[in-house]
Amino acid sequence: MSATTTQKIDPKGVTLWERHYPGPDLISTRTFGFWLYMLTDAMVYAALFASLGVLSHVVNLAGGPPPAAIIDPVYAYGETITLFLSVLAYGYSMVALKSGSRGGVIGAMLVSMLLGVVFLGIAATDIGHLFSRGIIPETSGFLSIFFTILIYHALHILVGIVWMLVMIAQIARDGFTANVVYRLINLRLFWHFQAVIWVFVFTFVYLQGMVA
Amino acid sequence: MLVHLQGPWTPLLGRLTLQQIPYQNPILLGTFIFVAILGVIILVATTRYGKWGYVWREWLTTVDHKKIGIMYCLVGLVMLFRGFIDALMIRTQQAIAVGPKSPGFLGAVHGYLTPFHVGQIFTAHGLIMIVFAATPLLVGIMNIIVPLQIGARDMAYPYLNALGLWLTTAGAALVMLSLFIGNFAHGGWYGFVPYFELPYSPGVGVDYWLWAFQLSVLGTTLGSINLIATIVKMRAPGMTWMRMPIFTWASLSANLIALTSFPVLMVALALLGMDRYLGTHFYTAGMGGNLMLYNDLFWVWGHPEVYFLILPAFGMMSEIIPTFSEKTLFGYATMVIASFAIGGVSWGVWLHHFFTMAAAPSVNSFYSVSTMLVGIPTGVKVFNWIFTMYRGRVRYELPMMWALLALFLLLVGGMTGMMNAFASSDYMWHNGVFVVAHFHMMVLLIAASVFGAVEYWFPKVFGFKLEQKWGKWFFWFMVLGTGWVFVPMFILGIAGMTRRLDYIPYTQWAPYLHVMLVGMAFYVVAVGFFVAHLYVSLRDREKNRVGADAWGTTRNLEWMTHSPVPAYNFAFIPHVNARDEWAWRKEHGLAELHAGDYEDIHMPKNTGVPLFLGIFSMGLAFALVWRIWWLALLCLALIVALIIIRSFDRDTDTTIPAQEVDRVERAARDGVTENGPASDLLGDPVVATSSIRSESGGMGGKSSAAQPAWAPMDR
Repeated sequence: MSATTTQKIDPKGVTLWERHYPGPDLISTRTFGFWLYMLTDAMVYAALFASLGVLSHVVNLAGGPPPAAIIDPVYAYGETITLFLSVLAYGYSMVALKSGSRGGVIGAMLVSMLLGVVFLGIAATDIGHLFSRGIIPETSGFLSIFFTILIYHALHILVGIVWMLVMIAQIARDGFTANVVYRLINLRLFWHFQAVIWVFVFTFVYLQGMVA
Repeated sequence: MLVHLQGPWTPLLGRLTLQQIPYQNPILLGTFIFVAILGVIILVATTRYGKWGYVWREWLTTVDHKKIGIMYCLVGLVMLFRGFIDALMIRTQQAIAVGPKSPGFLGAVHGYLTPFHVGQIFTAHGLIMIVFAATPLLVGIMNIIVPLQIGARDMAYPYLNALGLWLTTAGAALVMLSLFIGNFAHGGWYGFVPYFELPYSPGVGVDYWLWAFQLSVLGTTLGSINLIATIVKMRAPGMTWMRMPIFTWASLSANLIALTSFPVLMVALALLGMDRYLGTHFYTAGMGGNLMLYNDLFWVWGHPEVYFLILPAFGMMSEIIPTFSEKTLFGYATMVIASFAIGGVSWGVWLHHFFTMAAAPSVNSFYSVSTMLVGIPTGVKVFNWIFTMYRGRVRYELPMMWALLALFLLLVGGMTGMMNAFASSDYMWHNGVFVVAHFHMMVLLIAASVFGAVEYWFPKVFGFKLEQKWGKWFFWFMVLGTGWVFVPMFILGIAGMTRRLDYIPYTQWAPYLHVMLVGMAFYVVAVGFFVAHLYVSLRDREKNRVGADAWGTTRNLEWMTHSPVPAYNFAFIPHVNARDEWAWRKEHGLAELHAGDYEDIHMPKNTGVPLFLGIFSMGLAFALVWRIWWLALLCLALIVALIIIRSFDRDTDTTIPAQEVDRVERAARDGVTENGPASDLLGDPVVATSSIRSESGGMGGKSSAAQPAWAPMDR
């Protein structure tokens, strides 16, 4: 703005107030905030992976088993397949949302949820197997961060499963209201985000651990 | 999996026993009696005047961003007072405990505080001042002002906003609780590992520190999501990025820092917690732990954090200085770029916190240079403020005085910061009081900006100005205290005094420590004037009522709506035509034009859920501190259940009917016209000295004060 503009402006020629202003769109505002939340969670994972990088040094094994000795790629492979199928099922639920089919959304979400449960089952088997061999987080600095990353990711899956249960109940009760739809979209972001993070877990924890 | 603890533990109360209540310490006993009496007075008064319903409906359950902001500021103010008392105790202890012949009182060998007690005090002072005083004050002001500046009716997520407040309050309450039950951490506010590990600090102090910190981190992260989304999504039509007020820009860059750095702290603290509770080995001295990992993770947050604090302070200065120079801000675009440059560089400087920890010279050089780089955008800002004042009509009202003090402190703190940035000289005074004096210059800059901002925006939020006389006494005693405390501290730092001392072996330092004590006396007097300032302002509030444009030369959207601001902020959302929209309207004679014919306004409904989430979080933290597992599980289950139940609530909105809006708007106008001094402001919003006043005289100069020239206009 130039400071010299003191000429009179015709009040009828300018808009001073917004009539019937609807405000920002609810769904896009909520979704934007959820992207920001995911950025914070990505920073948490970044810090955890950085810690893994630091604590993977041979000093941090403290006489405990090295990564290559404890990693069983079969479990991780099974988890990968299950999680990606679950994300695919969630994608179908979003397709059903576009056509407005309550049954379709709930059905596909149930499949997605069950696959999430299977994922948790495999993860629990993997971790339980290690625990039964006496390989626990308290053994060494490396194992502390190893289990922390796996369990933190599994906790997210658990939250997603509970969230899906809640959404199924809300779809059944309310149908596709704005509140339900924005939550479904945010849950989609959340669920895909877990799969993306799993790619990093698979790469940094499993693959890198095996070649280390 | 849980770590086996030494000492008594019961399933019902965990580690909590009667011996944990320090009634034998006269200082804590006195504090407890003071707090208890204060609490009883407040409770009795609230009951007596039948205000519980009011407090519940209007404050505890509110989702109004202005009220949440006010409560944030109140929390910050209470904790500022607490942190100040801590500072007073550190300074008096150090002034007494000099040399082997110094006397001892209250069971201490030197001074009146035992080393363990001093440790708790400086740890609490650091944590409180940064996390529970400065942060809530700044977040509170951002909370109030940012939605008003961008022409929004509320924050993007009002419910989340309240949750952020109550989580922060829960953290602050936990710190206060540690005074009377158990003890607090005693090894510095940023937690030395492995000293903070269970074998070396087996008490509950570190756990209090850990969970209070963690709660506030959670609250601030949620708040930053909210503020960023508000600024990006909720701006009024016509407000392009380059028309955004500079305080909003500063808030945006500060909250981007918070959004990206606070989660890292969350990890740093969570891993330490796992070490203490589950026996993992992230930072332990043996068993594969790495203590530098903690330092790195902590300062990856810790250094960006100081810019998170200082950028809003810069934003406040950038609002105050143009208003009281009666000019537009010089170099708007460079100001925006500088804010983001500071935010960006903040990520590349954390390692300068451990120049002396045997990093390679190349690493030290990198961090040395990047630290100095911060000076460039900061320098740009300083020159912009100076050029704003140059050939302006500078009015030395209280907000401006505080802003100028902040500018001066920025110069002193910035220059000494450059001295610290040289890794070579940093070897001499690392962990010394020179560094302490430097960062106190910087945080006092923040405090000065906050006091200025409170003076500046107070009439907007409460509808009356703070009186000036006692405020000026407060200001000058703050200046005196700052000089007398921190100039000797710089000298002592160069002389080699290290920080966190409970006993000073060198008697030749005594004169400086006594001079600093004089400075503390000035600060105490300043606190007295501050209370008088508030009291007199409240008493004379009817005399000091103001209209919308309290200072006459304000420039942004927030000054277009009434003071105090109605619940819905703007009866109609303003359309933004220019940067400094309000100044533009005044300049072109459009200031008196109001839109009539009001419409219903949709607003979020009050809810008690965030308050209860805060209470349960505090219960969870308290249970974890004392390892009362059943209570922790119960609180966790309640939190999860409450979040789920709330998501099923369909009745979250309310509508303010058009008649109500009309009534409030009329009352606000009439209320102003009935009052003497303020009526001038409505009829003639720009005072005669203003350079902005346009020749057209279009802002109602001809209309009489009793009959404001506002007409329903449909534009």
